[in-house]
Amino acid sequence: MKKTRLATIWLSGCSGCHMSFLDQDELLIDLAKLVQLVYSPIADIKVFPENVDVTLVEGAVANEEQLNMLRQARARTKILISLGDCAVTGNVTALRNAWNNSDQAVLGRAFVENANVNQQIPTDVPRLLKKVHPLHEVVKIDYFIPGCPPSAGVINYVLTELLSGRTPNMEGRSKYG
Amino acid sequence: MSVATVTLKIDGVEVTVPEGTTILKAAKDSGIIIPTLCNLEGLTSYGGCRLCLVEIMGSPKLFPACATPVSTGMEVITQSQKLKEYRKMAVQMLLAERTHICSVCVANDHCELQSLANQLGVDYVMFERAWTSHEIDSTHDFLVIDRNRCILCTRCIRVCDEIEGVHTLDLKLRGKDAQVIMDLDDHWANSCSCTSCRKCAKVCPVGAIYIEGEPLSHTKHKDVAEFIMERRQRKRRQ
Repeated sequence: MKKTRLATIWLSGCSGCHMSFLDQDELLIDLAKLVQLVYSPIADIKVFPENVDVTLVEGAVANEEQLNMLRQARARTKILISLGDCAVTGNVTALRNAWNNSDQAVLGRAFVENANVNQQIPTDVPRLLKKVHPLHEVVKIDYFIPGCPPSAGVINYVLTELLSGRTPNMEGRSKYG
Repeated sequence: MSVATVTLKIDGVEVTVPEGTTILKAAKDSGIIIPTLCNLEGLTSYGGCRLCLVEIMGSPKLFPACATPVSTGMEVITQSQKLKEYRKMAVQMLLAERTHICSVCVANDHCELQSLANQLGVDYVMFERAWTSHEIDSTHDFLVIDRNRCILCTRCIRVCDEIEGVHTLDLKLRGKDAQVIMDLDDHWANSCSCTSCRKCAKVCPVGAIYIEGEPLSHTKHKDVAEFIMERRQRKRRQ
């Protein structure tokens, strides 16, 4: 049987969702029989490949590099899933949205106001977006798994349902926060 | 003394209740739970959250169960695909209106909005969120209000007015800009009417009003209004 091509990507989040993914423990062994991990922060693969079946995306979109990454993943993936509250709502990552010009505000706070030496906003890192966006504001999302982080059980439920060709039903299963 | 009664059907079940009872109460008494965020037994109906909307046979309109009295022969539907979609949309609008971030909220796991979102399967918010920066007032000795988490259910205002009887709390402005204020929009510490009774924190369905340093699992006590009203009525009868 041909294995499902699974990818996971990590945008602006704390990696907690990936920890929760790994927290599936022995269920990962069953999962590994059905999927091939083709791209992930836990696998050393440099380029997001073509023809991916399922991609789990952790984190919100906060800078230009992430914006391009997400668009590329969308173009190359059949089923794109928002994994966790940052991806689904913006969560803590998006708290800066309450300020006007929040990109300059946070950079100024970190690198100018609170710096003792070399007070300057760095220019050699990906540029922050004016606002942090949950994924569905940028690309079409097929499924949402809220939670901070989502439990390993819920992640496993969604993947198992999809791998069996069924549609996951999140009613009463997911939990924000 | 006999009380006039009304017989109606709720989800196909025949129910007999005293005249003047709301659909919400009649349903609750027969074990049918209609979701609500603003209604609270012991307080007057407000009809603001729109989660208790129900269908009544013969009418194309939806009715708020908390503010609609029963009538003879009425056939009420409390669960349908249409109602579910409306309720999901109402929850999404509430989540979009202010900065509701469960992971950093004092009410995480003890929040009626959060639990309703989960029950209804609201797995994302289709509307763009307003990232509000309303004032947080922590000037009071132990009561705190974070207006960014407020859903404007007015439970705090009603319990302050109707149960405690001091009417410290009220609303200013309208629509999405509306905010709960103390006295004439003063800081809480300066309020001369507040008795620090904590009832506002007890009935708040979310994490907007809370008691500093105390876990919400200890301080939430939303039956307080019903409890006090029952005691008062019992005393009056004696």
